[in-house]
Amino acid sequence: MEHTSPLERWLRGIALTVIVLFFMFPIFWIVLMSLQTNETILRSPPSMVFMPTLQNYQAIIAGRLDSNVASMSIEFMGNLFNSIILSVGSVALALVLGVPAAYAFARHKFRGSEDIAFTLLSFRFAPPLLVLLPLTMYFQQLGLADTYIGLIWVYQLICLPLILWIVRGYFEDIPVDVEHAYRIAGHSWLSTFRKIALPLAGPGIAAAGLLAFIFAWNNFIFALVLASADKQPVTVGALAFVTASGIQYGQIAAAVVMSIAPTLALALYAQRYLVEGLSLGAVKG
Amino acid sequence: MSGMSGISVENLTKRFKDETVLDGVSFDVPKGGTLVLFGSSGAGKTVLLRCIAGAIEPEGGIVRIDGQDLHDVAPEKRGIGMAFQNFALFPHMSAFENIAAPLRARRTRKAELKAGVEGVAKLLKIDHVLGHAPKALSNGQKQRTALARALAAEPGVLLLDDPLRNVDAKLRFEMRLELPRLLAGRGATVIYVTQDYKEAMALGDRIAVLDGGKIVQMGTPEDIYRRPASMGIARLFGDPTINLLDVVPENGGGGIIARLSDHAVPLSPGLEAAVGRNCVLGIRPEAMAFSDDGDGVPVTIEAETPLNEKTVTLAKTMRGRELLVSRPAGTPAPVSGAAHVVIDASDVILFDRTTGARIAPDLADAEAAA
Repeated sequence: MEHTSPLERWLRGIALTVIVLFFMFPIFWIVLMSLQTNETILRSPPSMVFMPTLQNYQAIIAGRLDSNVASMSIEFMGNLFNSIILSVGSVALALVLGVPAAYAFARHKFRGSEDIAFTLLSFRFAPPLLVLLPLTMYFQQLGLADTYIGLIWVYQLICLPLILWIVRGYFEDIPVDVEHAYRIAGHSWLSTFRKIALPLAGPGIAAAGLLAFIFAWNNFIFALVLASADKQPVTVGALAFVTASGIQYGQIAAAVVMSIAPTLALALYAQRYLVEGLSLGAVKG
Repeated sequence: MSGMSGISVENLTKRFKDETVLDGVSFDVPKGGTLVLFGSSGAGKTVLLRCIAGAIEPEGGIVRIDGQDLHDVAPEKRGIGMAFQNFALFPHMSAFENIAAPLRARRTRKAELKAGVEGVAKLLKIDHVLGHAPKALSNGQKQRTALARALAAEPGVLLLDDPLRNVDAKLRFEMRLELPRLLAGRGATVIYVTQDYKEAMALGDRIAVLDGGKIVQMGTPEDIYRRPASMGIARLFGDPTINLLDVVPENGGGGIIARLSDHAVPLSPGLEAAVGRNCVLGIRPEAMAFSDDGDGVPVTIEAETPLNEKTVTLAKTMRGRELLVSRPAGTPAPVSGAAHVVIDASDVILFDRTTGARIAPDLADAEAAA
């Protein structure tokens, strides 16, 4: 791919610019919005010239939403905290459950193993609404409705299949002889798993964990139905900005910026793993 | 874990889905002995080794080390050292840690572990690269690291799965010289897998030829070279390959003869049963020589090529059949045109054309006739 003509490089540059603009523009715009008051946002025609203000952020961090008619309190920082608890908790649980399971599916072909693995994957195909009604009823009876544990449990529908299938591909890519060699050298299967399989699948596990975190963070529907106000994550919490006295665009924008910041930072930090992890699962060398 | 172990394999069978990979393989290797498993790829050599190591489970049959049935013994408890064809080094560990792995499993003390690793590394001439990661090692160093790892804990049983397959020709030659000395010094029972007949002949007290999941012949290197059980085996051993010519043996001039271009080649006594049957005559290229006096099988010379320390001539008989004749390099021989070759009658091998099996001289008959 070294031999590209200037025209080719030029066209590629344009294409990349267009794509970056297309995907980055909403983020750019929302950052701009978060720095404006409702009046400057809503003026017509829209203009990029305004006095930047941090009052939206101040309002959200303080938890007081002041509009021109009334003042109300919101729990956005609580929502952010909930999001962190739910996402971290469910990814941690999914890793604890999913990584050993992925290893089992990769290395031990037992009767029905493919069926079980596929069933787990099919959780990702099923529309969440399908399971929500029965789940709500069960959870109320079991006392799991509106608890972190209950929500983390339901979030396994999102995280577990993802981690299982990505990590499984990684385990399958480890030459089986390397593991055999370690066992024949005198180590138990458990220490072979810990000392050989886990470190070698490390990048894949990191990528899968990161993706699962992003999916969990972005989840809306499970949390909307199964969590009440004090357990709601940011995705649901943002609804509170739609008030009777109007929609607080500035504050919504500030809230959105704050809620995408953690995943964006994580993704940027680990993007090398992410790309490697995802492409490795797809094309096996 | 030191001390010597004998390996005995009895009726070992392994199937993958419908394909039978090992079909009732049995053999014994005495304590301290070396058995070479020889066969082309897909013959089941690697699978057999893995069954012994415990990496895969056979469907049937028994593997014993020192008389102990290994059926319920986990791979890590078998006391085996194994080198893999693709090296199978641990990519995230240094060469030192790779070699140390079997010692760590045996909870060797720190000072002893270091001494052990350095000792075996020195023996294999890789002591200067112990700090390198596997990907920073050359192929030859990788192969030596893999061997060092197999040897490190001084196991009673060594399984070497074609360890020279993936190294270059020069290194392979060096290691072929070095390995017998290395292995002999350890007193371990060795099973060595290879598909290189020269390696097989250089290393083994005995060679087992594996084909289609079965042992088709087992014997000393000399046995297999001079008395191969079938045409297939005869073709696998020897470079250039054996000449195989269709003949029908007949009675003539006081013994059994085979006719090549109207020239009678006397066959060894005891082959009366082959008279009139469709046979194949196997003649090693080195069992033939050009003659000066017009005596022998008339041929025309087509081409000549050097092969290591030999010179190989491609000749054609009057019926257009190709013959390879080899001689030590530097010895004079006709370069083109018509010539005659004489055949060392004691060195020819007769095969049945339909079954491919060797027709062994019936020595009792031969003695009775004499």
